[in-house]
Amino acid sequence: MKILVSLKRVADPDNANKIKVTPQKIETTGLEFKPNPFDEYAVETALRLTENAANTKQRLGEVTVVTFGPKEAESTLRAALATGADKAIRVDATDDALDGDLVARALAKLIETEKPDLVLLGKQEVEGDANQVAQLLAEYLGWPQATFAGSIKSEGDTALLVGREIDGGTMNLRVTLPAVVSVDLRIVAPRSVQSVHTKADHAYPEGVRFAALMAIMAAKKKSLTEVKLTDLTGDVGLKIKYTGFEPPPARKAGVKVKSVSELVEKLKTEAKVL
Amino acid sequence: MATYLFETAEHAALRAQARAFATRSVRPHARAWEEAGEFPRALYAQIAASGLLGLGYREAIGGSGGDVTHVLAASEELVLEGHSVGTVVGLGSHGIALPPIVALGTGEQIERFVRPVLRGEKIAALAVTEPGGGSDVASLRTRAVRDGDDYVVDGAKTFITSGVRADVVTVAVRTGGPGHGGVSMLVIERGTPGFSVSKRLEKMGWWASDTAELTFEECRVPAANLLGDEGSGFVAIMANFVTERVYLAGQCVAIAELAYRESVQYARDRHAFGKPLSGFQVTRHKLADMATRIAAARALTGEVASRLVAADARPELAAMAKNTATDACSWVVDQAVQIHGGYGYMRDFVVERLFRDARLYPIGGGTREIMNEVISKTEGY
Repeated sequence: MKILVSLKRVADPDNANKIKVTPQKIETTGLEFKPNPFDEYAVETALRLTENAANTKQRLGEVTVVTFGPKEAESTLRAALATGADKAIRVDATDDALDGDLVARALAKLIETEKPDLVLLGKQEVEGDANQVAQLLAEYLGWPQATFAGSIKSEGDTALLVGREIDGGTMNLRVTLPAVVSVDLRIVAPRSVQSVHTKADHAYPEGVRFAALMAIMAAKKKSLTEVKLTDLTGDVGLKIKYTGFEPPPARKAGVKVKSVSELVEKLKTEAKVL
Repeated sequence: MATYLFETAEHAALRAQARAFATRSVRPHARAWEEAGEFPRALYAQIAASGLLGLGYREAIGGSGGDVTHVLAASEELVLEGHSVGTVVGLGSHGIALPPIVALGTGEQIERFVRPVLRGEKIAALAVTEPGGGSDVASLRTRAVRDGDDYVVDGAKTFITSGVRADVVTVAVRTGGPGHGGVSMLVIERGTPGFSVSKRLEKMGWWASDTAELTFEECRVPAANLLGDEGSGFVAIMANFVTERVYLAGQCVAIAELAYRESVQYARDRHAFGKPLSGFQVTRHKLADMATRIAAARALTGEVASRLVAADARPELAAMAKNTATDACSWVVDQAVQIHGGYGYMRDFVVERLFRDARLYPIGGGTREIMNEVISKTEGY
């Protein structure tokens, strides 16, 4: 199976106090970045679908990782290559010139040439939390979609049985390939992904895999190509207009209450929510 | 983010992996393991699977490749994110136990002793120091007498990191006459009759890492466990010292860096007399001095590491780096506790732990005074 995974770097939430916000923009210089966690789960899902867990060194299929970002975002792609992805594509762009719709349109064009059987995405990125690209992309491609996947079972690599996380529990959806799937947190639980190559009772370690130094070095030799955004779409206009930026109000220090009755009293008189 | 001058994109990627491992498998348990005086044995297999345990060892012997620079970057990140120095040094005890086996051992010895340790299945420890003497390696008294195909070992070792649980112990023994020429290295396995853990030692710091006193009483060890030739032990111990001291200096840099970051955060969050502590010049200058001393220690430690990788091992420079880094670390953790005030004295706060952990470094791996002897000898006075 050929899988394309979209991957984005996000500002490390641990450095939130370094972010400077002006009315015109959010200043990102000097910030540390890390891969969007949901995108890392998508990469892990792609790897699990294209390998026999008994021998993870051999890829039984192809995993391509794609990011939209500046040159510095290539380290995020290299990290994904180190964990086992085969090749990487960077679409040269900066965050302030992108929105979910433009990314979806450009990805759709890229997919015409890459011809994957499956596109995997994180359900959302943790900066803007827009949660749009997977849905828009499926629509532009005219492919079936399954969002918020908490489990995936490959059926002969021609269809996927996807367990979607919904408010009331899990909704099982069968999508025929090619398809677009966005993944949720539980997709990296030990038995969430069942590929056609791995024994059904195999349990992976919880979470995404680590890359050893050898794999980090080997990743430097893997293919990483750069594509211009304008080569994918002539229309680079944005549907989202940013009208201004402001930081969220600073949280006031809390108080410790001594008893439940004091809490109830404060909720009534101070917070006025009761 | 503070890094060593030698670091490349590869080191950055490795740091990210080490950080992710520590976030997931160390940090949530750091306090509990430190208080319990032990971390779970299963952690060895987990860190081996991540590829971090085998750093600094060739792939041909079961390692993950890389050199001392990779070990420094990865282990710093484990300390910074994991918050448990004891766990990191416990996981790393093979870093001093295996090099003599790698340097002197036969292919068969490497198969038996090195590979299982790098797979995380066995725990390794190095046993040199004795109750009667530490720094004076040449006069160690644990005897190994050849008897047929065995050596019969009698004696005791102390301050052995990971010694309580170790399966493979690289032991310095006396096979010959007095002085350094009579010292050999012998691998003694857990379960060998006559080998026992006589005491689990209670320490000032490094709580999550167990430390033992070991006793050998008419302990018969196969002669096949001798590393290299009889009498080659002292050279093997000495050859290991430069690397070990760089590792120790690196740990000091990491501990100081963590104490510094905790202090910066605390100084921003804590308010007194109507403004954050960082609003007072006295605090800012204290932090600036901390940052400066760490930067200096990092620079020298990095230089020794870079030289080591370039096959320019410099014992006197390693000794200077260790002293510089231990001095910086001791001072920085003290300032960190001071900035934290009463909370700095409380076990809930990581700087309290770092303060205790830091005290080991001017002693372990060659005392501050021995370092100065090494420097004096090289300088020729």
